[in-house]
Amino acid sequence: MTDDIPMIEQHTIAVLVANEPGVLARVIGLFAGRGYNIASLTVSEVDDQNKLSRITIVTSGTPMVIEQIKAQLDRLVPVHEVHDLTIEGHHLERELALVKVVNSGDDRIEALRIADTFRARALDSTLESFVFELTGDTPKIDAFINLMLALGRVEVSRTGVAAIARGADVDMEVTAITPTKRSQPRVVPS
Amino acid sequence: MSTTTTRAPDGATAETAATDAATGPTMSGAAIILQSLEDLGVEVIFGYPGGAVLPLYDELFRRNAIRHVLVRHEQAAVHAAEGYARSTGKTGCVLVTSGPGATNAVTGLTDALMDSIPVVCLTGQVPTHLIGNDAFQEADTTGITRPATKHNYLVKDIDSLAGVMHEAFYVAAHGRPGPVVVDLPKDILMAEGPYAPPSEIAHRSYRPQVKGKPDAVEQAVDLIAAGKRPIFYGGGGLINAGPEASDLFREFVKETGYPCTLTLMGLGAYPSSDPQFLGMLGMHGTYEANLAMHGCDVMINIGARFDDRVTGLLSAFSPGSKKIHVDIDPSSINKNVSVDVPVVGDAATVLAQMLEVWRRKKYSADKPALEAWWRQINLWRQRDCLGFRQTGDVIRPQHAIRRLFEKTAERECFISTEVGQHQMWAAQYYGFDKPNRWLTSGGLGTMGYGLPAAVGAQVAHPDALVIDIAGEASILMNIQELSTIAQYRLPVKAYIINNQWMGMVRQWQELNHGSRYSESYTEALPDFVALAQSFGAHGLRVSHPDHLDDSIDEMIDHPGAVLVDVCVTRDENCFPMIPSGQPHNEMLLGPEDQAGSTTSSEGLALV
Repeated sequence: MTDDIPMIEQHTIAVLVANEPGVLARVIGLFAGRGYNIASLTVSEVDDQNKLSRITIVTSGTPMVIEQIKAQLDRLVPVHEVHDLTIEGHHLERELALVKVVNSGDDRIEALRIADTFRARALDSTLESFVFELTGDTPKIDAFINLMLALGRVEVSRTGVAAIARGADVDMEVTAITPTKRSQPRVVPS
Repeated sequence: MSTTTTRAPDGATAETAATDAATGPTMSGAAIILQSLEDLGVEVIFGYPGGAVLPLYDELFRRNAIRHVLVRHEQAAVHAAEGYARSTGKTGCVLVTSGPGATNAVTGLTDALMDSIPVVCLTGQVPTHLIGNDAFQEADTTGITRPATKHNYLVKDIDSLAGVMHEAFYVAAHGRPGPVVVDLPKDILMAEGPYAPPSEIAHRSYRPQVKGKPDAVEQAVDLIAAGKRPIFYGGGGLINAGPEASDLFREFVKETGYPCTLTLMGLGAYPSSDPQFLGMLGMHGTYEANLAMHGCDVMINIGARFDDRVTGLLSAFSPGSKKIHVDIDPSSINKNVSVDVPVVGDAATVLAQMLEVWRRKKYSADKPALEAWWRQINLWRQRDCLGFRQTGDVIRPQHAIRRLFEKTAERECFISTEVGQHQMWAAQYYGFDKPNRWLTSGGLGTMGYGLPAAVGAQVAHPDALVIDIAGEASILMNIQELSTIAQYRLPVKAYIINNQWMGMVRQWQELNHGSRYSESYTEALPDFVALAQSFGAHGLRVSHPDHLDDSIDEMIDHPGAVLVDVCVTRDENCFPMIPSGQPHNEMLLGPEDQAGSTTSSEGLALV
């Protein structure tokens, strides 16, 4: 059959937005309201003096839908720029995952050994658990979690994908960020 | 204002004095809003007061510079602003209170969003410290209206108020126009803040592309010139781009000699009386327009959006054509239909560019091919798909509208409609030769749009003849506006095509649901003549065709508001029709076709 069933493609889209109240709701509302898919969405302020946030969205759809998503994003008033990293050349994608595995005995040793091959770091350990920190692209994180699932009870917190283009071109420039002090835990005097 | 280094008595330094001078005088939030409206050239506000906006109404009272039209329902305020905007090309302005004031406005806002009408709606809000507390008359207005507006603002800082006001009007009117909400907490209205008049701002992120890319324009014109069976397909974007867009469109169509069709929202962009006009296209468009769209080899879409009412079955939409699409909104391009040459830009600007290329390259139509194409089109035309005969002693709705058109054609006349069969008949049988004369709810299909829209058009054009061609069911949805009409002595005419049915619902029930008329008959209609009189308007009823002309004359000649109850044949349906899920070349031309038609299950699921 050569019936043209449109190909579903996965794209990683970087969006530079004005960091103002409701901007994330606009983006998410757009995806929900128009029935677009979100595989991953990350957001953080990247330039606090120019009030810019960068949103990275991993989405999927037919080429026509992907074009629509970009056009719809671009027409939101607080959106500065939309870049489709998937088609604009090579880019890097990374996720960070915190993976807790609860087990004992040989499984515990095996978990530690696998973590080592994945270059995961143990951030916390008890006699029956580890919390590993791991970065990598999505398939690597998936693979690691799958292995841990075979070795005990697992809890996962993932950041979702952050992405940037390779090479020397700066498409979405950032000019200022105020250093943040690590917040001290507030102690309430009793 | 002095910016010298003298120290002010309260100890303020010269530096702060200089800042004040740069940002202008301080005034209350309510005054900032009114001042910005005055500076932006707003002449009239449609609104309804309430607790949260009292400071604004107080300021309105004290200044007495901007006219306020008190509506009877917030939905009507937005429709009136739409009617005002559509008939003038200016941005409409609405003022409503918090909570129910804002939620009532949502239908109007969505209507303006779907039809790309520039409207700025100021909504009251509970004071900032109460936001999120479920306070009295609190609603999450920016949350609720986010998908109903082009953009919205919640002003939480008095210093940003003036800038937000100016930006709101910029966003509403630039690019593809649309509704913008500015949500105003009551404490902001009462706080003191700086005011600076509007300046030519370059928005930080919203800068729509107005001029078409030259190579895309060139490519489009090359394709237009190569057309053997070309057609121009114009939409509401032509109206939004201002009257010069319609002028240029007419010029280009005339110069090419190509046929032209318009969408419901585009009516008036090309003179309906011109022989190159094939009539409206789409679900209830003419046979010749739809078949020409189906059979064309080059389609030139200017400011239309391939709406589902226009395309019918997408997979069979104009299968053999190369398509050019000019639109200011890139998200309209390739949304429903893949096009060959997209041109992002303003309709007027791109048309001027296209004409320039056409003339520079000394293009002209392929004469023999075009003649053959017109011969084909004229054969379709001979079907006379809008033909009807007024016989018997009951008025046919088509006749009622055709006569209204014939009797008002020479006048400066604005027509609004409600939604349903009467709307389609108005589109088919009332001819528009100029833009901005036709006010209808196209995208959202809002019953109850017509009467308040007529209010807005009449406020903008006090001496013009403004007629709401209505259905008896639709007009009841905002009938309270007769009270607004009475208060401002607006000579609005409501011409009610009364068949006692929700006609379009009944038509679909006949077509798709075995004539099971579930809830589509209005059991207890008011006596419209008495209703008119109770609001101080003139009421008329006409039921015999011989008396129709006299009633129309009486309506036109009466100096005040008139409500005409035109009792028409009850079982008339709207033809031609492309049933949902069907392609353009499978039209129903009359009841005979309808009898043999079966709608596919996919079609049944469509609206």
